[in-house]
Amino acid sequence: MSLDHPPTLSLTEEARRQVEICNACRYCEGYCSVFPAITRERAFADGDITQLANLCHNCRGCYYACQYTEPHEFALNLPAVLAEVRVDGWERFAWPGALARVFQTSGVSLAAALVVGIAALFWAISALTPTDGEGFYAYLSHAAMVAIFAPAFLFPLAVIAVGLRRYWSEVGGTRITGGDLKAALGDAARLKNLSGGAAKGCNYEEGDRYTQARRHAHHAVMYGFLLCFASTSSGTLLHYGFGMEAPYGLFSLPKLFGIPGGILLTLGAVSLAWLKTKADRALGAPSVWGGEMAFVGLLGATGATGLMLYAATGTALVAPLLALHLGTVLAFFLTTPYSKMVHGFYRLAALIRDAQIRTR
Amino acid sequence: MSDLTQTLWDLIVVGGGNAGLCAAIEAAETGARVLILESAPKAYRGGNSRHTRNFRCMHQGPLSVLTGSYEEEEYFDDLLRVTKGKTDEALARMTIRASEACLPWMEAHGVAFQKSLSGTLSLSRTNAFFLGGGKALVNAYYNTAQDLGVTVAYDAEVTHIAIEDNAFTGLDVTLDGTTTRLKARALVLASGGFQADLDWLADAWGPAARNFLIRGTPYNRGVVLRDMLDQGAQSVGDPTQCHAVAIDGRAPQYDGGIVTRLDCVPFSVVVNKNGERFYDEGEDVWPKRYAIWGRLVAAQPEQVAYCIIDAKSIHDFMPSVYPPETADTIDGLAQKLGISGAKLRDTIETFNAACREGEFMPTELDGLATEGLSPPKTNWARPITQAPFYGYSLRPGVTFTYLGLRVDETARVSGPAGPLDNVWSAGEMMAGSILGEGYLAGFGMTIGTVFGRIAGQEAAAHVA
Ligand SMILES: Cc1cc2nc3c(=O)[nH]c(=O)nc-3n(C[C@H](O)[C@H](O)[C@H](O)COP(=O)(O)OP(=O)(O)OC[C@H]3O[C@@H](n4cnc5c(N)ncnc54)[C@H](O)[C@@H]3O)c2cc1C
Ligand code: SF4
Ligand code: SF4
Repeated sequence: MSLDHPPTLSLTEEARRQVEICNACRYCEGYCSVFPAITRERAFADGDITQLANLCHNCRGCYYACQYTEPHEFALNLPAVLAEVRVDGWERFAWPGALARVFQTSGVSLAAALVVGIAALFWAISALTPTDGEGFYAYLSHAAMVAIFAPAFLFPLAVIAVGLRRYWSEVGGTRITGGDLKAALGDAARLKNLSGGAAKGCNYEEGDRYTQARRHAHHAVMYGFLLCFASTSSGTLLHYGFGMEAPYGLFSLPKLFGIPGGILLTLGAVSLAWLKTKADRALGAPSVWGGEMAFVGLLGATGATGLMLYAATGTALVAPLLALHLGTVLAFFLTTPYSKMVHGFYRLAALIRDAQIRTR
Repeated sequence: MSDLTQTLWDLIVVGGGNAGLCAAIEAAETGARVLILESAPKAYRGGNSRHTRNFRCMHQGPLSVLTGSYEEEEYFDDLLRVTKGKTDEALARMTIRASEACLPWMEAHGVAFQKSLSGTLSLSRTNAFFLGGGKALVNAYYNTAQDLGVTVAYDAEVTHIAIEDNAFTGLDVTLDGTTTRLKARALVLASGGFQADLDWLADAWGPAARNFLIRGTPYNRGVVLRDMLDQGAQSVGDPTQCHAVAIDGRAPQYDGGIVTRLDCVPFSVVVNKNGERFYDEGEDVWPKRYAIWGRLVAAQPEQVAYCIIDAKSIHDFMPSVYPPETADTIDGLAQKLGISGAKLRDTIETFNAACREGEFMPTELDGLATEGLSPPKTNWARPITQAPFYGYSLRPGVTFTYLGLRVDETARVSGPAGPLDNVWSAGEMMAGSILGEGYLAGFGMTIGTVFGRIAGQEAAAHVA
């Protein structure tokens, strides 16, 4: 019998074939949480494969370490097949799935969404110019902003919630306890698995050499994003909770969160994009490379336009920059359930499920 | 290629596995100009070393991932036991003592370690596991060597070593289909054993060897070893001996590596092509017995055997890479395996009748033995009764050969007229100097690392 993979294997079957080889080998156990999860099982249902795929963060350590990669007949490429399974799952879980296909695979579509978002904001600013209001609200009233962004924020969240439910039932998740959450959030906050264990990083932009560059860039993006989010949330809180309306001074919470957040987000996204151009595309899901790249660009653009807008305070550039920034944010929010952005949600879900299995 | 011929190398290392890389790194660190000639293409560089998972390391207290302590005496005793005394005590003790300093050296040169793998807890004190296995180790060494300015030529098979007046003067290497003479001031030979040359194996073992599977690289064909022996180099080790274990009969001819091992023998009944049992499957725990089963299976008709287990035992061992054959009856299973149903049923029924009551304990010698059966099964003897029934085929899988070059404690090779001026050897190619017989898990990489480093240091001192 040969373990050559006939081309007729479905994605999940191909992943299962590879995972079973890993389970007989186990050499990569120390890289990440995928391998310990593999060694806890003997047989892998489709849902198990989905769960393993979402535990993988594509560090590629197990590819370069594998003695069974092509031209060996076992043809292992675990990072690639798990990436494909992930993308496939996110598409299946998304509602409507077709949108996920469009935005995941096509950078052009994401760029188009961006253009549409910006154009919409230009239109809103020119058509809905308020008669009074300070700062940004001189260009677009608070009411108009809320009218645009509240649905643009809540709708994607609802779609993601639907997707996560589907994921949870596919991987056989059970009731989530505080302990599960604590373990998962702890791992996520430290991006523990991105550390590569004793290997000190990923095998990414320099082939089989380990570096921390991807981890650091990802840290910057994640914390930058969370700071920006905290900035907006604190603004909302000040507005509604304390009746303090924008614009806020430099030493206000929205600015203290927003400025470093914007800088981190922008720099992190630029580095991630650069790293992505250096890494071997065949070790990820090649079909979504463009979509992922565009998504990183969109993230970076969100941070960069926000910073530019702040820098332009008091000049004539505020109006166009406001449209640019808010349009970017709008495109980002609306495409969230269908873009690479969902990976954060599914990854957290996978970590929670992993914590459940570990402690069951 | 012309670049290679135009340089007068300080050191040429033949073979880019663990031993060769350690030698190259040590020499390059002194500033020597080093060339590695590796017969495999880049994707298959690293020979058998790319299939390894750990090395055995002496340590006087917890060290990196190693727990407790593992001192010289215990290590040496372990070695004596497996080699049945066929070892050179001075060389062996030197190797054992030197292993302690190897672990930090390896870490400093890019090797990362991990806790012992699940299912190998018994090795957490004695063996340090490479994160990602031997291929990750090999990659790390190639990167370190590259950073030190070492030149590597792949697809470069060395075919002849020129020796004049007890000294190496140059070698012939096949590059891009043409044979070229390269010159260097010193030579380290680290091109492994000859197990991938089935003709040579058949000469030593008889025609049965053609049915053997080779667990590691197809590139270790012993070309340089034979060339050196033909020129009168002193050898050690028995040419008829090789380390062979029983592996899954469906494994590829070469490079199947670790995943093709089968750990089910102790929990099964093993029969040959004729459906007959031939050895006590429960003699001892599997890690202590898997090596003798290579030979046992090699002695059976067509060099094949079959492990028969039932549903009770299917989860008692590490998962296999190939799924077992499955059937609801013994007859059905026999048919799938291609052996006589009547004979297999008879063997299983006789075996079942010889089983007795008792507590089954899969992880220790439970003494659950058959009664009045020949050959007996002395542990884990549970009747094969519960469908579905499973069957795996077994074949001998050769790990390495023992015949090699004799070296002294400075890794120096001897010709017919005594030690050669400028030739050293390391790794599997000289392992017979210490391992006359048997094998101690993780000792191959220890020998390669210790002697590779020594060979590199000695060669560098020679050209300094
Ligand atoms: C499946 C498997 C698992 C193992 N697991 C372990 C383990 O966990 N721990 C352990 O200690 N040992 C293990 N061993 C044994 C171990 O692999 C060897 O002892 C060790 O790798 C020998 O290292 P080496 O550098 O001498 O040879 P290799 O690593 O085999 O390197 C020899 C190199 O020489 C090259 N070569 C051969 N002929 C020529 C030529 N004519 N010209 C140029 N180049 C040539 C080959 O391509 C090869 O790259 C295992 C072996 C196998 C097969
Ligand atoms: S990726 Fe390769 S080396 Fe790693 S566990 Fe799987 S089969 Fe083994
Ligand atoms: S690519 Fe990295 S994270 Fe994914 S399975 Fe391999 S080692 Fe784990």
